[in-house]
Amino acid sequence: MMEKMIFGRFMPGDSFVHKLDPRSKLLFVFAFIFIVFFANNPVTYAGLLVFALLVIFVSRIKLYFLINGLKPVIILMVFTFLLHIFFTKEGNPIFEWKFIHVYEEGLRQGIFISIRFLVLVFMTSILTLTTSPISITDGLEVLLNPFKKLKLPVHELALMMSISLRFIPTLMDETDKIMKAQMARGSDISTGPIKERVKAVVPLLVPLFVSAFKRAEDLATAMEVRGYRGGEGRTRYRQLKWDGKDTLAMILLVAMTALLITLRS
Amino acid sequence: MDEILSLDHITFTYSPDEPNVKNAVEDVSFTVHEGEWIAIVGHNGSGKSTIARLMNGLLFPQQGTIKVMNEPLTEENLWEIRSQMGMVFQNPDNQFVGATVQDDVAFALENNGIPYKEMVKRVHEALQQVKMDQLLNHEPQHLSGGQKQRVAIAGALALKPRLLILDEATSMLDPQGRAEVLATVQALREETGLTVLSITHDLEEAILADRMLFMNGGEKFAEGTPSEIFALGDQLLDLGLDLPFAMKLTKLLKQDGVELQGEHMTEEELVNDLWTSNFKK
Ligand SMILES: Nc1ncnc2c1ncn2[C@@H]1O[C@H](COP(=O)(O)OP(=O)(O)OP(=O)(O)O)[C@@H](O)[C@H]1O
Ligand SMILES: [Mg+2]
Repeated sequence: MMEKMIFGRFMPGDSFVHKLDPRSKLLFVFAFIFIVFFANNPVTYAGLLVFALLVIFVSRIKLYFLINGLKPVIILMVFTFLLHIFFTKEGNPIFEWKFIHVYEEGLRQGIFISIRFLVLVFMTSILTLTTSPISITDGLEVLLNPFKKLKLPVHELALMMSISLRFIPTLMDETDKIMKAQMARGSDISTGPIKERVKAVVPLLVPLFVSAFKRAEDLATAMEVRGYRGGEGRTRYRQLKWDGKDTLAMILLVAMTALLITLRS
Repeated sequence: MDEILSLDHITFTYSPDEPNVKNAVEDVSFTVHEGEWIAIVGHNGSGKSTIARLMNGLLFPQQGTIKVMNEPLTEENLWEIRSQMGMVFQNPDNQFVGATVQDDVAFALENNGIPYKEMVKRVHEALQQVKMDQLLNHEPQHLSGGQKQRVAIAGALALKPRLLILDEATSMLDPQGRAEVLATVQALREETGLTVLSITHDLEEAILADRMLFMNGGEKFAEGTPSEIFALGDQLLDLGLDLPFAMKLTKLLKQDGVELQGEHMTEEELVNDLWTSNFKK
């Protein structure tokens, strides 16, 4: 099941979308979240959906793969759709059977909300699927730079994020090792009543935490020895490059917004 | 020969307020000269890592002075001095900061504000020196322990340090990884004349050094060339240090009445002595 989940996963590639600068992608998705709310009639919602499908096409991520990976989200979407259909009682009734009454407005609202939901999930998934976590971190660091004036520790947050990302596989490996070690001692996490299983997690978490603290201490020493003393006066090895493609994406974004505003009713 | 580092009557304790706790380092003095390879050996808890931490200002001694390039180490010149000393630790995973090999090597350069173009050049050079330039974009989870340690060495080399300190850098590696790292250090010394100070439990590694320091209970018990140190024989065994394999074998052979000339630290010497021993009769 974990293999199929694509939330937060990165799929390397060399499509147009992959090659965009993380800053332009982040800006785009961030603006998109607001733009979506401009849509309020069939034309504008259809426009959004078509646009999202186009982006998916350009990113060369298979639609089937995307939908398959977003199954839990889609189930949630279907659920909201049904809620709207059954509980909105405006407009002309279009369907009646026993206690189920569906009204025109309910159907409309249901479809609109679902599209909004779907488009947002698609766009954010495309962002994480086509951008490595470390690039996202870099992009965020640069974009949030102005907030340093407001005493937001931007550099530190970005460093924290990149180190966490770096240590996820290491700690996963470690969890696996500890789990096997505990299993060899007769602990059983995968079967039995829930209460027992929760209890079996404790002897897994304690050694994991102890080792994580040890690692953190070692890492801090290693960083200090290598001259780390905060963000002041540091240069960057991973350079971000804004080029024509990114400007194009921004123009597209502005055009989209203008179009939505003119077409909305 | 230029002096790179000197410790002068250094005493250090982790708990200055508790008089009955034994000092971690007790009145230790020694000097490291340019181009030397020094090995520090000693049993667990004998103060080796503490000495390494004192040398680059992670800890400050209660007594004595540490001089780096003839300059006393103080809070003021700390960062300057750290940039002249590379240090590699025991656990390959816990010192890998970057997301990929090249990011990790660049970390120290970024910290020291080296301009981008220069960084790219130095990262590639350093990775070439440790023969890891093919794996530029690899993530740490896809590297072996030996490869990670070589990346750590490259990360230290990128700053062009005068001294490389290895604190049990090979002790968590398998024999192959250990050989890889040792070969890298040896090649570096031949190419660049780098000064190396390695803390180790591996006696086969210590034999390669120009000079050995033998620590015991926080004190410097002995200092000398490997042959001088290993000539101490049983005294080493009493203090928890083993003898290199070839030396043990020589000793056992002698006990069994095989006539051998002197002590042999490496297998090669021993073999040479063995196959020629009958000619000399
Ligand atoms: N952070 C610390 N706080 C308090 N005491 C410490 C600390 N680190 C080490 N010590 C103590 O200082 C003494 C010397 O430790 P050190 O780590 O220098 O030994 P070592 O020779 O490196 O040992 P090993 O071979 O196990 O690495 C030991 O008695 C140890 O218990
Ligand atoms: Mg140690």
